[in-house]
Amino acid sequence: MSKYLFYPGCSMETSASAYYDSLMAIREPLGIELDEIRDWNCCGATEYLGISITPAYALISRNLALARKQADGSRTLVAPCSACYLNLAKADYYMQESPLLSERVNEALEAGGLSYRPGSLTIRHLLDVIINDIGLDTVSSKVVKPLKGLRVAPYLGCMVPRPDYEKRWSDAEYPNELDRLLKTLGAEVIDFPLKTHCCGGHMTQISPSTAFELIRRLIHAADQYKADLMVTLCPMCQLNLDAYQNETNHHFHTNYRMPVIFFTQLMGIAFGIDPKKLGFGKEIVNAAPALSRIGVETPVTQEPGPRKKRKDTGLPMPRMPGEEEVS
Amino acid sequence: MTLTAANPVDTNPNLRFLEEVSAATAGVSRLEMCIQCGTCGGSCPSSADMDHTPRLLFAMIRAGMRDEALRSNTPWICVSCYHCVVRCPQNVHIADVMYTLKSMAIRAKLYKDSTAPDFSQTFVDMVENYGRSYEFGLATRHYLKHFAMRLPGMAPMGLGMLTRKRMDMTPTRIDNIEQLKKILARAKELEDRS
Repeated sequence: MSKYLFYPGCSMETSASAYYDSLMAIREPLGIELDEIRDWNCCGATEYLGISITPAYALISRNLALARKQADGSRTLVAPCSACYLNLAKADYYMQESPLLSERVNEALEAGGLSYRPGSLTIRHLLDVIINDIGLDTVSSKVVKPLKGLRVAPYLGCMVPRPDYEKRWSDAEYPNELDRLLKTLGAEVIDFPLKTHCCGGHMTQISPSTAFELIRRLIHAADQYKADLMVTLCPMCQLNLDAYQNETNHHFHTNYRMPVIFFTQLMGIAFGIDPKKLGFGKEIVNAAPALSRIGVETPVTQEPGPRKKRKDTGLPMPRMPGEEEVS
Repeated sequence: MTLTAANPVDTNPNLRFLEEVSAATAGVSRLEMCIQCGTCGGSCPSSADMDHTPRLLFAMIRAGMRDEALRSNTPWICVSCYHCVVRCPQNVHIADVMYTLKSMAIRAKLYKDSTAPDFSQTFVDMVENYGRSYEFGLATRHYLKHFAMRLPGMAPMGLGMLTRKRMDMTPTRIDNIEQLKKILARAKELEDRS
């Protein structure tokens, strides 16, 4: 059993709960124990750093301080979310690089009775831990349902392989870790050229047309390569590509239906875990048709349908073209 | 910062802004090392929507064009994808310089469009009050203010997220919010003093 300190991050509890559920389900076969940081706070995503530097790093570092205090054996802090992983790693790295930043952050932490010595934790992403600590041999030994015949586009997004302060990834622009993992699960893995291109991040909220173009490029490429689905490791990427796919379709008059799921969900399926425990059905673009092609049945969430029109027995009213009378 | 007597022969006063940006950046910015090669702009997925490419913006900073640089939409259009950062031959911490320019523009109230600063500020307000992000509150508040006309179009997506339990209607608060508030209050004092 390998034990790690665990920082889930806000998305895992809400928009990316499928990621959380599936991660919890594959802990046992992988032999990992996750010790969640008690009373952790938001990492500030990509927002706080643009408002004010010292408070932004103090916010991130409260988590580092709590994690270090809680560390019992393992000094490795694992984050499954890309932005959380980068923020935690960045704060630790920059505080080592700049003693002035470390001094200021520690002065702020002191107001809450906390402190953190930069470099006293190792911050890693979940995929890195699975590939490099657990190992693909162990993963392979747990596969009972190979994903034979499922064409997947591996999509990592930006903030895991870049800027990569500790040089943990095979490449900053074209890393092979996710490809290797998915091949181990038996899937047919597309050599996906846009695998670390940007999903638009928070641009859906600030400049939607910028975001829609970035989303379109990714979905279009996956479609061109005839992917059954896209596999990601980042809550923000999944949210943008999945939940904003309809808006993007609307914006460009396209009609893509590309499911986007988390790599941990596919690991669960390959390990023979009940799909109900893996967060399926939470994706907006239904993944069930793609997975039924390899004989896996996953739950589907029923969309609330259009309201039924009442039988028109009143006075004749003007109608919109296309409106039909219910008899 | 301690004030030193002005150099009687200040050979290049334009460099003061470059020094200010560099000093305000977390870690070591290496902004002084820029060789104006343009790899950053060429690598940028959103440069088409920027007023200035990162290369041009850095040239403006070096020329002391403070107001123009802080008015540029470039830092706000940066998606923090770090493509430029890993490709920069001089290892300039470009994404972090963009964060610095945003915070300086907010302080100087020099941005042109308030959509992006408001979004960041609303996000930060939620985090400062709850210790967690609060997507439902953030999205509704932000959309009402900036994209009210788009709200009806976004409704199906919001409903889809709610029916799949991917969005909470109410915020979650951390236990020791008082501790976080004290830390952030102290951090803000330190930031204002710098």
